[in-house]
Amino acid sequence: MVNVLNAARELMYREALNEALKEEMDRDDKVFIMGEGIAERGGSYKVTEGLLEQFGSKRVFDTPISENGFTGAGVGAALTGMRPVVEILFVDFTMLILDQLINQAAKFRFMSGNTARVPMVLRTQGGVGNGLAAQHSQSLEAIFYHIPGLKLVMPSTPFDAKGLLKAAIRCDDPVIFIEHKLLYMNKGEVPEEEYIIPLGQADIKKEGKDLTIIAWSGMVPKVMEAAEILMKEGINAEVIDPRSLVPLDKMTIINSVKKTEHVLIVQEAVRRGGVGSDISSIIQEEAFDYLDSPVKILGGLNIPCPFNLNLEKMVVPQVEDIVRAAKEVVYSE
Amino acid sequence: MKKNTEDFLVSLYTTMYKIRNFEEQAIKLYRQGHIRGYFHPYLGEEAIATGVCAAMDGKDYITSTHRGHGHCLAWGADLKIMFAELLGKENGYCKGLGGSMHIADYTKNNLGANGIVGSGVPIAVGAALGISIRKEKQMVSTFVSDGGSNIGSFLEGLNLAAAWKLPVLFVIENNQYAVSTRIEDSTAETELYKRGIGFGLESVRLDGNDVLEVHKIAKSFIERCKNGEGPFLMECVTFRKSGHHVNDPGLYLPKEKVDYYKLHDPLLIGKKHLIELAGLSEIDIVEIEKVAMAEIKAAIDFAIKSPEMSEENFLKFVEEY
Ligand SMILES: Cc1ncc(C[n+]2csc(CCOP(=O)(O)OP(=O)(O)O)c2C)c(N)n1
Repeated sequence: MVNVLNAARELMYREALNEALKEEMDRDDKVFIMGEGIAERGGSYKVTEGLLEQFGSKRVFDTPISENGFTGAGVGAALTGMRPVVEILFVDFTMLILDQLINQAAKFRFMSGNTARVPMVLRTQGGVGNGLAAQHSQSLEAIFYHIPGLKLVMPSTPFDAKGLLKAAIRCDDPVIFIEHKLLYMNKGEVPEEEYIIPLGQADIKKEGKDLTIIAWSGMVPKVMEAAEILMKEGINAEVIDPRSLVPLDKMTIINSVKKTEHVLIVQEAVRRGGVGSDISSIIQEEAFDYLDSPVKILGGLNIPCPFNLNLEKMVVPQVEDIVRAAKEVVYSE
Repeated sequence: MKKNTEDFLVSLYTTMYKIRNFEEQAIKLYRQGHIRGYFHPYLGEEAIATGVCAAMDGKDYITSTHRGHGHCLAWGADLKIMFAELLGKENGYCKGLGGSMHIADYTKNNLGANGIVGSGVPIAVGAALGISIRKEKQMVSTFVSDGGSNIGSFLEGLNLAAAWKLPVLFVIENNQYAVSTRIEDSTAETELYKRGIGFGLESVRLDGNDVLEVHKIAKSFIERCKNGEGPFLMECVTFRKSGHHVNDPGLYLPKEKVDYYKLHDPLLIGKKHLIELAGLSEIDIVEIEKVAMAEIKAAIDFAIKSPEMSEENFLKFVEEY
């Protein structure tokens, strides 16, 4: 497993992403980026700051508010040899570009008998923030997870964000890269020297023996906090972050389940029809005999996100909810 | 000057003044932590919603945008219930579940603000489709801005309304910027009324900061919509008096434009109408403003004191999903 090499400096998640873009644009002239307000303004979350100055307006430019159109332009450029990184401000707005992603980008390789490739990265951002309400707070990864032909990456730390974005840009297939709006300012160690994290490798964020907790994106920091509390109460949880949901590193998950015999999956997305349900079914198929209790999924409530902040807290798992659910799993006999 | 003209001009000015001060007071509440999330002020664009809505009647419909407070207030929203929604309270227009970007009043034909740029447009077309099937004398005004005029929903909506000859008034609030993107950088045809012409709609471009001009053109288009001559498009040229949202200082807005629009302000123009056309004095105007401000202050007080939805009530919603 790749790990922090020279644990020297700390970067914010957004800075780590920025470095990944810079390094890849520097390495390969075919990489270019487009999106709303990404050039002069450097993006809503400052991920693309400084790129216009460094790479010029042919490779870093703002688009009109024409999401389906410019995403399609990304697909076409990718199909003909470029490596676009297209930014959609909120994952909620990717609902406007589903034809280009699902019917077009995801299908060309297959429909062409493996002669066409679409090396495009679609960067976007999701999750509940602070009162952004129902159309700017969703976690929609299950939609992309469902579609063969798309890769799906959801990093939780600056280190993972950088290494995975570089891998995504080098990947020859379309990659949906979903960041989390509450992670951009989080800091973490990122080595000076170049590294890449291959898609499809989960990371064990904390080793443990009593219970496997699987979580990704914005839920990982909450699960880590919950794991500390659980530790004090005598439950030693292993925390697994798949980092990329497609491809999914089943091995790391199954091996952990075999060791702990208890599983809690925590997802921010609404509970119904989520990625957690699929991971749960994989575990039941491949490690049923090892399970000591039913796999539990703690997900968001099956409801759009309310504007009111106190109610907003109720719709996605909080640290206390994770602690409670973990105990239910471990003490379920 | 006839009494009813005077009353009319006063009511236009009062509405614009209320919108301006609703936004300014709400920004203060935001800074104090009473309001969270996205908040896109309608500052500087007050004349458009005011002029258009004054030409409509309560049976008509509107759809709004992410910058929607002005549309709601011009449509006649209650200040108290507006503030309550912005503060996330249970007696707000959407029970505190929607917030600034989603204020709507379906009981009064306000089909709502929208967090997705352009998405209100086809919805307006659909409301008009219903009107035409029911053969009613109603119409729909749909607001959209320059940035939104580049999205498929808007362009498809234009075509549908024109192809089906629906009673829709498309109102483009061309404030010349989409967040920090200049209109010149997002379209090669910056005279947006031509989009309407391209789809066969009678379309005009006008000064969106002059409430009387907005009202005059809106009134004629709206009447003609009700006579089955729609749809129409009006491009109202205006400018944001603030950043894109409360936390955007708008540093990218060029000084010459900011300075020009400081003088070409819809409220200053409205005041001029009151003095020159209705014969009011500065003192009369101060009186009008005092009354409106008192109403705003009372509304804030009401909103702050109002309760939030309880967890129990919220969980009742969850059961139905
Ligand atoms: C489909 C979609 N794309 C992007 C956004 C993010 N966004 C919100 S407002 C805005 C700018 C809108 O510009 P314009 O239509 O000119 O309206 P203005 O803000 O100037 O009133 C953008 C890009 C969105 N809400 N919906």
